[in-house]
Amino acid sequence: MEIVLLSIVLLPLLGSILNGIYGKNLSQSLVGYIASGSVGLSFVLSIVAFVHLQSVPGRILNAEYYRWIVSGMLDVPMGFWLDCLSSLYILVITGVGFLIHIYSIGYMHNDDGYSRYFSYLNLFVFFMLILVLGNSYVSMFVGWEGVGLCSYLLIGFWFKNQEYNNAAKKAFIMNRIGDLGFLLAMVFMFKNYGSLNYTDLLKPGVVTYSSTVTLIALLLFLGATGKSAQIPLYTWLPDAMAGPTPVSALIHAATMVTAGIYMVVRSNIFFSLSETSMAIVGTIGGITALWAAIIATLQFDIKKILAYSTVSQLGLMFLGLGAGAYSSSVFHVITHAFFKALLFLGAGSVIHAMGGEQDIRKMGGLNKKIPMTYYTMLIATIAISGIPPFSGFFSKDEILAHVYEHNKLLWLIGVVASMLTAFYMFRMLFLTFWGYFRGGSETYKHLHESPSVMTVPLIILAVLSAIGGLLGLPELLGAQNWISSYLDKVIVMKSYLGLSHNTEWILMGIAVAGALASIYFAYQLFVVNGMLPVNDEKELKWWQKIIYHKFYVDELYEAIVRQPIDFTGKVCYRFFDKIVLDGLVDGTGNTILFLGHWMRKIHIGNIAYYIMAMTLGIIILFILMR
Amino acid sequence: MINGIPIDYFILLSTVLFTIGAIGVMARRNSIVIFMCIELMLNAINILLVAFSTLHQNASGQVFVFFVMTVAAAEVSVGLAILTMIYRNIKSIDTNLLSNLKD
Amino acid sequence: MFGLSVHQWLFGILSFLSVLFSLMVVFSRSPVNSVLYLIMSFFSISGIYLLLDAQFLAVVNIVVYAGAIMVLFLFVIMLMNLNQDTEPQRTVLTKVLAGSIGGMFLLVLTGLLKNTESTDKTFYGTSTVGWIQSLGKVLFTEFLFPFEIITVLLLAAMAGAVMMGKKNIQ
Repeated sequence: MEIVLLSIVLLPLLGSILNGIYGKNLSQSLVGYIASGSVGLSFVLSIVAFVHLQSVPGRILNAEYYRWIVSGMLDVPMGFWLDCLSSLYILVITGVGFLIHIYSIGYMHNDDGYSRYFSYLNLFVFFMLILVLGNSYVSMFVGWEGVGLCSYLLIGFWFKNQEYNNAAKKAFIMNRIGDLGFLLAMVFMFKNYGSLNYTDLLKPGVVTYSSTVTLIALLLFLGATGKSAQIPLYTWLPDAMAGPTPVSALIHAATMVTAGIYMVVRSNIFFSLSETSMAIVGTIGGITALWAAIIATLQFDIKKILAYSTVSQLGLMFLGLGAGAYSSSVFHVITHAFFKALLFLGAGSVIHAMGGEQDIRKMGGLNKKIPMTYYTMLIATIAISGIPPFSGFFSKDEILAHVYEHNKLLWLIGVVASMLTAFYMFRMLFLTFWGYFRGGSETYKHLHESPSVMTVPLIILAVLSAIGGLLGLPELLGAQNWISSYLDKVIVMKSYLGLSHNTEWILMGIAVAGALASIYFAYQLFVVNGMLPVNDEKELKWWQKIIYHKFYVDELYEAIVRQPIDFTGKVCYRFFDKIVLDGLVDGTGNTILFLGHWMRKIHIGNIAYYIMAMTLGIIILFILMR
Repeated sequence: MINGIPIDYFILLSTVLFTIGAIGVMARRNSIVIFMCIELMLNAINILLVAFSTLHQNASGQVFVFFVMTVAAAEVSVGLAILTMIYRNIKSIDTNLLSNLKD
Repeated sequence: MFGLSVHQWLFGILSFLSVLFSLMVVFSRSPVNSVLYLIMSFFSISGIYLLLDAQFLAVVNIVVYAGAIMVLFLFVIMLMNLNQDTEPQRTVLTKVLAGSIGGMFLLVLTGLLKNTESTDKTFYGTSTVGWIQSLGKVLFTEFLFPFEIITVLLLAAMAGAVMMGKKNIQ
């Protein structure tokens, strides 16, 4: 089994290295086969590992390969930790990753950096697998940093454009700010418990309540806000849409942004022990969900809408975590991976058909022209809006039920956010696919369905979005909630739903009714009345302007963070560097030069003079020696 | 008792000869004379070595004198060869003209 | 006589002569005169060696120094015709400076010795260290290695002198 786990992780790395070094010399199709094949093989092996895990007692498999860091008390091994949580994650990562690789073969067909793209993509899968499979927080951190790096590489993939580079830098730097929290949490963990391995920390009874537990939990959450784009570190995600669309699908929808959730669930012992941290996690999650949903209602770039949707859904997941619904959040991670990846890939298909255009104001009536894309995106949109029987409904509903039990106000925020989600997602659907075409006639002639290498993954993901709900059918409907019981082993303090069946039915009803109402409202606005997003900013009302400018958060950060740092840098440069340091160093040099010049006059060249000086020196020495 | 010569006198003699040699080196311009004064200084040292050797009844002192003389001989030969070459170059042996080391 | 033995008289005369001749070396006008005075000084120094029972060294001093080295000097002077009666002199300032520095040197060196209270005396006729047998014994046992090296040194000096004396650079 150790070999299997090792292969799962190393196959993508191998693919990355092969494509990276030899990619230019190989044919395009071969590069595609290597990249997709490695991830596909990893997927098959992940299934093998998953099946094997069911027969392991305790459902925990710790495979250690090497004692990595041995320093004083710190003993960090290099190994993999396969348990219920990580087995699910590797299935999602490799499975959805495989589909996205296949899709990319078609999408990136004409790009010059074809092999470089696949090399980076494989590298990303490698690091993500290390993140979820590592058996210590240090390994998780290695994977954490690695996926941040790959995110930077892939966002700035078309590096000739300076704006894209800035977006990549923004993503990386914001990630780093969160990483500081992660590192500090690790420091405190080591200080208190003497170890950073899961074997030591996740043993029952090791971690007990103390004030540092809250601190550790909050610091871990800070890291999660950076990686999973919550308030206050979320502004990089919309800008990250500068990368190729499959990248957005893989990294910023299905996998990397869910690393934060993974980390919180893995550390659930810390969070469950500290009420304060749960409250903060839930509150920030809820506020983020609402905030992003509001911003998304007025966006007109198809990818930006999906980006803010991702932030909002992640907020929903953290809301669930804050209420102690760990398995529900993981369930939502899985279903979200399905339909969000589908949405992004579908958007990519639309952009491909439109010849590169991303502005929905210039789209419309595409349902006849690109039917496959349309139908799959329709399924995804219904799923994300939480309409039964598609998967999004079950996961979202479970989260909302747990939140209702925990805190009514947060539940209300969650419900409003979900309604807004339905609204803006259907807005996007209507404006893109219904009505009449608003782009130029040239683009109209160019419209064509994507090749099957791109549509087949869409279909597979659509099927998964539709039936994914089977993973966690609630007891309410008589089924056994498979995912909840499966993840029981990982969660330390389980929270069972204490609501009566009647309450659950009512909650479900409210959620579905709200979603349907939003969809109807969107239908009225955009189809019946034919309202279009404004082309010019001046036509907006004042409250719409604020939303349009994303609540001016970017500008705020610019003012309170970047300007002072810039100013300090300038002061240091002009004053300290130029005047003080240069003056000191140059001054020393100049002094020595001057002294040397002056002292050279001693050398007359006359021998007698030298001997006289020598004798004089000897005399002085003798006198001093006395 | 009365027959012996105190060692202080030898030391004094040696010092005086050495100083005279030093003054000679500093005060003369003729290179040959400067050379000779160096030989004078070496001889002063030899006197000192021999005196102490006899005092302590240790042969090492006189052996060392032997070596000093040998080295002095070698040095003189090489030095005069150099002097010859200098003479060939500037047709004089005045040390004041040998100031090419000056900045 | 006068409470001093013969040896002490001899020592006094010889040392006086050596100092006198050395002074003449420094202060004489012509280089040839300087050479001759130096030879006389060597003779008196050899006499002092004899007083110290260093017979071998006394003879070697005459043979090597006075006989070979000084003759070499004379040859060079003669061959290059350097025997001017008048030669350019150093400035008065330089001479005074040289003299004063030398004088200071002397003072310092003797001052160093002022506080030593040694009453050791050397005697004539009783030491066997200066005999050639004992010197030879020490030379070829304890100082064998330097002895061999000295030969190499002489070889090098010889080669160097010959090479530098050549007219054409080969």
